[in-house]
Amino acid sequence: MGEKRILNDKELDLTVNRLCWQLIENHSDFSETVLVGLQPRGYQLAKKIQSKLMELAPVSSILLGSLDITFFRDDFRRREEPKAPNQTDISFLVEEKNVVFIDDVLYTGRSIRAGMDAINSFGRPKQIELLVLIDRRFSRELPIEPKYVGKTVDAIDTEKVVVEWDQNIDHKGQVSLIRE
Amino acid sequence: MASLSVDHLVGIKELSKEDIALIFQTADNFKSVLNRSIKKVPSLRDITIANLFFENSTRTRLSFELAEKRLSADVVNFSAASSSVKKGETLIDTVNNILAMKVDLVVMRHPNPGAAKFLSEHVDSKIVNAGDGAHEHPTQALLDAYSIREKLGDVSGKKVVIVGDISHSRVALSNIFCLQKLGAEVMVCGPTTLIPKYIHELDVKVEYDLRKALEWCDVANMLRIQLERMDVNYFPSLREYTMLFGLDKEFLNSLSKKIVVMHPGPINRGVEITSDVADSDQAIILDQVENGVAVRMAVLYLLAEKIKRED
Repeated sequence: MGEKRILNDKELDLTVNRLCWQLIENHSDFSETVLVGLQPRGYQLAKKIQSKLMELAPVSSILLGSLDITFFRDDFRRREEPKAPNQTDISFLVEEKNVVFIDDVLYTGRSIRAGMDAINSFGRPKQIELLVLIDRRFSRELPIEPKYVGKTVDAIDTEKVVVEWDQNIDHKGQVSLIRE
Repeated sequence: MASLSVDHLVGIKELSKEDIALIFQTADNFKSVLNRSIKKVPSLRDITIANLFFENSTRTRLSFELAEKRLSADVVNFSAASSSVKKGETLIDTVNNILAMKVDLVVMRHPNPGAAKFLSEHVDSKIVNAGDGAHEHPTQALLDAYSIREKLGDVSGKKVVIVGDISHSRVALSNIFCLQKLGAEVMVCGPTTLIPKYIHELDVKVEYDLRKALEWCDVANMLRIQLERMDVNYFPSLREYTMLFGLDKEFLNSLSKKIVVMHPGPINRGVEITSDVADSDQAIILDQVENGVAVRMAVLYLLAEKIKRED
């Protein structure tokens, strides 16, 4: 088993910063935009992005929700170990809003498909954009592409991309590629 | 995530404490689904469920059917009154005929105790017991305990009294098993003729005085008098039963603490509890009904997860 660092602390901070500026460029005051983090790790990233946006942009509030896709997955009864559901907490309607899906790693695209299915329970969004920290390109199984990408990574199926956040210090963390 | 340790939900007796915790945790997620404007998830869209009711039921059947539909399962309904059971067909034949139509999961209510267990041993399908005679009614016990957990934060350490017709009640037996597994203390209270002779073996307290029982408890589960199951008269009159074991608002207010009042339904208003008790803020009867759908969704989801795929 080997491990390769993809992003260190500093690079991760820079990357998240850049993603935030790109969001501000497209959504300016976020009055018609909501952030939705996919549970569990996408939501962690989404919280960091939300707090950074509040620092960078002249806005008083940005709506953020967490979306769990367990019951919408297309691999129910196909997995060895069943997936444990997480909490969905979306206290607003997404009707006619610009929704930004946030996830840590984009791999096959199946989670995002399930997310698009799940978000319909909260209204019909005007549009859905996708922001990912890591895009594992060439491994997509569905026609899904992100609009905002932190870093593009080439990895084979036996490798795993792991995003770890420091529990105590905000914005600190690292991204590694683990070979099993 | 762990899976259930059982392949069928025949009774609470067969479940472990971890199974119950897993069901509650999953039900929490489904409860939030039920509070959305679109109350449906696609998880069970390739699963077919047959609801076989060999005995009358309104709310349990409706609750199961809603749970199944909220999970996007295909549902077929069957009631004994309009079936070939009347023509002399055996239970196994009836069920095997239904399973031949590619049904994956069977929810069954039957007047005979042990019918669900019998079926689980003889047919190739997942079985959920929706009540078998006076034996068990596991999903009712699960939703009762889930409702207590929701109202009081935890079931462990709580004192629960089950009042009424214990002898003829499957709700009582399943509740005793479930509450004890979760660490609650259980008492039964009712006329001597309606308390089973060997109840002590279940390690429950017995009280014949309703006031003493209610002063002891945190939660009172008031059962319905099941006149349809009584072959002889177990008490002189309904009026006397109501005087000794009925709960009215005055009685409830006179207790030294605020207890939670539950009822598995259907209520005989004015017999076991009066209307003002049933409609008071201490009663969680409608919460029980609401939670019933979420808990049944969790049970069906977790059992369906164990059905092998034929790819």
